Amino acid sequence: MKKISILAAGFLALAATASAETPVLTVYTYDSFVSEWGPGPAVEKAFEKECGCDLQFVGAGDGAALLARLRLEGVHTKADIALGLDTNLTAAAAESGLFAPLPAPRPTLDLPVAWNDPLFQPYDWGYFAFVYDRTKIPTPPTSFRELADSDLKIVIQDPRSSTPGLGLLLWVKKAHGEAAREIWEGLADNIVTVTKGWSEAYGMFLEGEADMVLSYTTSPAYHLIAENDDTKAAAQFTEGHYMQIEVAGKIAGTDQPELADRFLAFMASDRFQEIIPTTNWMYPARLPVSGLPRGFESLIRPDTALLYPPEEAAQIRHKALSEWQAALSR
Amino acid sequence: MLTLEDLVIAQGNFTLHADLAVPGAARVAILGPSGGGKSTLLGAIAGFMAPANGRILWQGQDIRHLPPSERPVSILFQDNNLFPHLTAAQNIGLGLRADLRLSASDQEKVRRALERTGLQGLGNRRPAQLSGGQQSRVALARMLLQNKPLMLLDEPFSALGPALRNEMLALLKDLAKETGATVLLVTHDPAEARLFAPLAIPVADGHVHPPADTVALLANPPSMLAAYLGRPGGM
Amino acid sequence: MASRAQPIGLVRWLGGGAAALVLMLALGTLGAVFLHAEGPGGLGPADWAALRFTLLQATLSAALSVGLAVPLARALARWRFPGRRLLIILMGAPFILPVIVAVLGLLAVFGRGGVLNDVLGRAGFEPVSIYGLPGVLLAHVFFNLPLATRLLLQGWQAIPAERFRLAATLGFSTRDVFRWLEWPMLRAILPGAFMVIFLICLTSFAVVLALGGGPRATTIELAIYQAFRFDFDLSKAAQLATLQFAIGAAVAAVALNFATETAFGPGLDRPVLRFDAARVWLRAVDGAMILAAAIFLLAPLSAVVIAGLGQITTLPAPVWHAAARSVAVALASTAITIALALPLALLVASPGQRRGWHSRVMQPIGYLSLAASPLVIGTGLFIILFPITDPVALALPVTAVVNAVMSLPFALRILTPAIADAEADFGRLANSLGLAGLARLRLLTLPRIRAPLGFAAGLAAALSMGDLGVVALFAPLDGATLPLQLYRLMAAYRMESAAGAALLLLMLSFALFWLFDKGGRFRAHA
Repeated sequence: MKKISILAAGFLALAATASAETPVLTVYTYDSFVSEWGPGPAVEKAFEKECGCDLQFVGAGDGAALLARLRLEGVHTKADIALGLDTNLTAAAAESGLFAPLPAPRPTLDLPVAWNDPLFQPYDWGYFAFVYDRTKIPTPPTSFRELADSDLKIVIQDPRSSTPGLGLLLWVKKAHGEAAREIWEGLADNIVTVTKGWSEAYGMFLEGEADMVLSYTTSPAYHLIAENDDTKAAAQFTEGHYMQIEVAGKIAGTDQPELADRFLAFMASDRFQEIIPTTNWMYPARLPVSGLPRGFESLIRPDTALLYPPEEAAQIRHKALSEWQAALSR
Repeated sequence: MLTLEDLVIAQGNFTLHADLAVPGAARVAILGPSGGGKSTLLGAIAGFMAPANGRILWQGQDIRHLPPSERPVSILFQDNNLFPHLTAAQNIGLGLRADLRLSASDQEKVRRALERTGLQGLGNRRPAQLSGGQQSRVALARMLLQNKPLMLLDEPFSALGPALRNEMLALLKDLAKETGATVLLVTHDPAEARLFAPLAIPVADGHVHPPADTVALLANPPSMLAAYLGRPGGM
Repeated sequence: MASRAQPIGLVRWLGGGAAALVLMLALGTLGAVFLHAEGPGGLGPADWAALRFTLLQATLSAALSVGLAVPLARALARWRFPGRRLLIILMGAPFILPVIVAVLGLLAVFGRGGVLNDVLGRAGFEPVSIYGLPGVLLAHVFFNLPLATRLLLQGWQAIPAERFRLAATLGFSTRDVFRWLEWPMLRAILPGAFMVIFLICLTSFAVVLALGGGPRATTIELAIYQAFRFDFDLSKAAQLATLQFAIGAAVAAVALNFATETAFGPGLDRPVLRFDAARVWLRAVDGAMILAAAIFLLAPLSAVVIAGLGQITTLPAPVWHAAARSVAVALASTAITIALALPLALLVASPGQRRGWHSRVMQPIGYLSLAASPLVIGTGLFIILFPITDPVALALPVTAVVNAVMSLPFALRILTPAIADAEADFGRLANSLGLAGLARLRLLTLPRIRAPLGFAAGLAAALSMGDLGVVALFAPLDGATLPLQLYRLMAAYRMESAAGAALLLLMLSFALFWLFDKGGRFRAHA
């Protein structure tokens, strides 16, 4: 395969689709899921071993881009499964009418909140948090107010272009309600800059441009497990931490409904869930028998899990965004 | 024979009128003050500007609608007669085939043209590596190979010294004799005209006059030429 | 009448085809988004604020880049020193870097934790913060100063050595040379250079956000992004993209109207010797200018190199595969760029067309893609392709084509004046010799434009190499290009490998650029 002309590789993918005898399950997901360092390759291998099918991942930017893509394709989409939406997107996704109800029986999950969405099944979850370097900040702030009162510099992501950015917007809103704007005004002088996406922000943090960066409570696990570096930690906030729950759903128009159901069941299995922690660096939605990898026990465990229900998140984000813009534009 | 029939060339608010005939194999000097229309006349014959009225005939055929390269005309300008990125031999070869796909016999012709113009051994040089006189010789060698019955020259040697210029005129005269071409040479210099051209065409005030004997014309210039020549006019 | 100089029939067809492709990609995709639009549309106060900020930053960025390029290009034009060509090529590198790499390189030097603040801190000064408008301008000048310099340098080199020789014999001072030779050249080139850089900055967004310090630094492109993914309001996205086109068109109209034509006449391609600049203090000023620019442009680049150096040998295999894919895409894209640019430039620059309708219609079309929103192009293309075929299977070919169209404005900017000069200087001679069609292309046009052609091809290759492009919008699992792979590494926390990939990307872009640029000059006779 590697020896074949590179340009032909794209066409080969098409040819493979056309000539395949085995059934093909097409899963649309976000780009970092399908990357060589994401869960994609291992998931594909594990599922294909038991399904007698060809699992094809198609990457499309991030979760929001994935939903946009599905809406553009509409009922003609080739996707059988969409994997990688989160609770900020599920309301719009449900409204599109593209998704079919989940098959019964529903798997039991290990989430900090109750889950009974009829269309979407979680596969992992995490808490947003500010990550810092322990050697530089011995006593990190324990709330947004403390952070705002400190001289600490933070990098955050833009809620208009980034999933964590939107998470932070809703985190402040959920934790502080009417006082959200005041919190943002307090944070204004702490914010070094607002980036387009997570990678820019995290890169800038590692380069020493800021003391803290908006990321996940699980981020330090990467440094600990992959790099043997225990200097990174997430600051625990007394308000609680906003959650991100990543879900998958079955496309209503799928031509592989049974295969899609099998995949959703597989998604809750140990084989899938064991892959998640050290590839997606999130918590598995259902704890596998083997438990969490070593290193995860050192992560902070927020006392309160904050999350807007999907419909409320969809309603409140415009108001929250204008508060954010107004507070930071002064 | 070149015939300009009731020809009117308009450029902005300048117009040039010509109604005359030039006999075949003649050598003609085109004389006149700057801005009188000498270059315009050549440009029209060569096909670089369209006449507003009248006809241009060569051996009785109207050539007005032919593109420059299909006219029975070869031309040298005041400058830029050579491509700086091509060698002398290539520049000459363009006179045979514009795509430079030269056969062995074409190559031989180029070699002979180099020899004929005293450029033997310089074929591989580029214009920047040649002297002014040598550059002129390259241009003349190309004209030789173009082998067109009508040679137009717009003061191509004005940058050369008198001795070199006379040498070029002598070479041009020889080449014209060999090919039997009619030559129209724009010049400023009465001596040059006398030396080279039995006939002269005065051009002034937007009028091209019929050819006349050069010596007689210069000895007894009409008024419009007299001012230019710096002598009192009148017959 | 008799100016059937070019194989005008063929050129018209090819040029028309190229124009149609650009129109389809720039406006057709916008139309597709409009047709597919759902959502209320309508622009609000935040959008007008974005418009104001966009105009402000693009105008300042373009003015600064072009303004600084004048003394820099002049210094480079009149001073020969060993390594000059290499320096010129090296200084062009920022232009071809992926945004994220360039931003991190810039911050390593100018950021809060950068070298500059380190030095200032040790010297007892307050640290400086670049975030906000200064940071945006710094980054845009970093990206675009090299391009502006190259465009102006080309203008300087288009003044024949004979004119400087004449100037020397007339005892021209530096000021006289500027007034009689350089200023007329600048009058002809500056408006175009300003326009190109304005258009580049017009659609900038990730840089603006990263260094802009907050939501004040919102550009129209970000508003388009928001309309797409935050609101899925395609009508609004399309309206904003139209607004962006309108600004681009207005600026292009003004700039092209301001530009005069040069008429330096031909020379014999002799090497330029600048007798007027031989004075010691002028050398010192030129030297200081070159040194300052070299430090400004090369220091962040060095940071990229240093960060990646230890990583490049241990890069995982998928990165190398992506690199091979990217090189293939870049080569294909370069071929397409030249195939599009040559007929368009011939059409625009052909004799009798410089003020004709070809020029007036085709030239703006060539620049359209600069004002286009990459997001709209990608989405529109998806909408167009989806009913016909599988866009994912076509990801790489489509990327090559889109990258080619994105490079087209630069290729046109470089090739059109060169072709026009060749025609102005030698068109008459060629006509008298009957040099037409392919022979004219082979014997007159191509030899006269070799160096610009090499430069254009090198730029196209490097731009395609470094551009994330549409592949990000629909890349198959095993079809990632190098920039996409770099983003994937970062998204997987592998910042160090990403630094290695960035260095690899830089080296490959550079090698491609150098090969083409050198190829254009190889045995280009003096």
